[in-house]
Amino acid sequence: MSETLTAGGTRKLQIWRGDLTSGQLVDYELETEPGMVVLDAVLEIQRSQAPDLAVRWNCKAAKCGSCSAEINGKPRLMCKTRLDHLPADEPITVEPMRAFPLIRDLVTDVSWNYRVNEQITPFTPRENLREGVDVLNGDFLIDQSETDRISEFRKCIECFMCQDVCHILRDHRMHNRYYGPRFMMRIASLDMHPLDGVDRLDQIADEGGIGLCNITKCCTEVCPENIHITDNAIIPMKERVVDQRHDPILKILGRTPNKGRSKPPARSATPEL
Amino acid sequence: MTTVASPPRRLGATMRRDRWWIQPVFVVTSLTLFGVYTIIHVILNKHYTITAGGAYLESPMFSPDLPKFFGFNTALPWAFLVLWAPLGLRSSCYYYRKSYYRSFFLAPPSCAVAGAARRKYTGETKFPLVLNNSHRIFFYFATIVIGFLWYDAIRGLFYHGSFGFGLGNAIMLINVLCLSAFTFGCNSWRHIIGGKLNCFSCSDTNRTRHRAWQRVSILNGRHMQWAWISMFTVWGTDIYIWLVSSGAFTDPHHVF
Repeated sequence: MSETLTAGGTRKLQIWRGDLTSGQLVDYELETEPGMVVLDAVLEIQRSQAPDLAVRWNCKAAKCGSCSAEINGKPRLMCKTRLDHLPADEPITVEPMRAFPLIRDLVTDVSWNYRVNEQITPFTPRENLREGVDVLNGDFLIDQSETDRISEFRKCIECFMCQDVCHILRDHRMHNRYYGPRFMMRIASLDMHPLDGVDRLDQIADEGGIGLCNITKCCTEVCPENIHITDNAIIPMKERVVDQRHDPILKILGRTPNKGRSKPPARSATPEL
Repeated sequence: MTTVASPPRRLGATMRRDRWWIQPVFVVTSLTLFGVYTIIHVILNKHYTITAGGAYLESPMFSPDLPKFFGFNTALPWAFLVLWAPLGLRSSCYYYRKSYYRSFFLAPPSCAVAGAARRKYTGETKFPLVLNNSHRIFFYFATIVIGFLWYDAIRGLFYHGSFGFGLGNAIMLINVLCLSAFTFGCNSWRHIIGGKLNCFSCSDTNRTRHRAWQRVSILNGRHMQWAWISMFTVWGTDIYIWLVSSGAFTDPHHVF
């Protein structure tokens, strides 16, 4: 369906209303202004027609990652999706994310992500890399070239739409076997850090389940920060796991990655949803 | 009452309204046609060189010419002895994996579209898909084939020892350029050349590898495009050589 421009006017929305037990798409109609985004429309409906409509939002500037939803079937931030970029000749559907348990209406319980995050050993300074840099005493100078690579991952606003669209979590419900793209990326940002001293390759391969990822790149497609999650985080980490576990030449040469890094503390199983 | 917010399990179930199915249909059609065409020509095992007028233009699907190289004659499809490397590179390529997992395996067919129901999803953790982790091994062998293709393209510029240039030469040069752009934009190569380093600035070698990694990253950013372009250039080059060598028309060229 081609996207058509509208300058405000009457629009129809179908918003999912319900909880874990039952629910349905409910039709709403409202007068819109030019430049409105979906979140504006939803909040206007909440103000004027459905005061009990549950919706999570905060910054309305695509930076807090709170208003993730599925708009016309695609994971998107409600605050970043303009009404005039959606087909004008049909209703706009707004649904909650499917990969997480529903609380009510458009609000889902994303706390599983925080439990997964707790499984990952945070940045831990390593022994000094070179003379003149005293890492253990807080001298955290690194070169711009290293910052350039890992700073992309720091743009993540934790909207969890990459988790939502990932078919391993969304369709196969393998939350207890796979951390999801967001946390593949977090581990990548730590593993690529020159001053980090922990080897997390076993974790990403075993509890993290990186082998389950079949690189369909949907996480990259939906990322509102345009982070190249697959190409710059997941594939490089898959390659590092290949270095460690699958490359016969490196095995013969005895070249293992992450030399000089310590193993992380004992980890528990991947959290259940 | 419609409970659409629960995960849909029926294949193709989605609330998307765009034509998401176009991409899988295109991928299945083109990869199938390319595969069938390749198998047919390799089994036919003829019409893969242009030798008229002192030319020597060889199809990329039949390079290096092993029977000529080792001095034997066979009607068997010997080209498979070479093709496993570039085809292995493509079938384990991270971009092609995305393509065929979506289009052939329907896992999933497109983003936010329900995939084929499976008793147990194992991704790339079990045989045979775990073998995709050997992508870099195919890369090593495929670079040797690329070397032969460059040799073929340059050798083709000489007609009975004199420099010449024609449509066939242009096609072969464009083909090997595109194949090189695809091969050296490979994710495994990007990792090996420098991506595996944690510290780009710790030594002169690492700084050099960082610069190389940046160059490969530029090619890698268009890996999908190079994958398709190079597949079609190989296909087109082979068709051209097949047509000319079977006498359908002559290769226009000028010898200086």
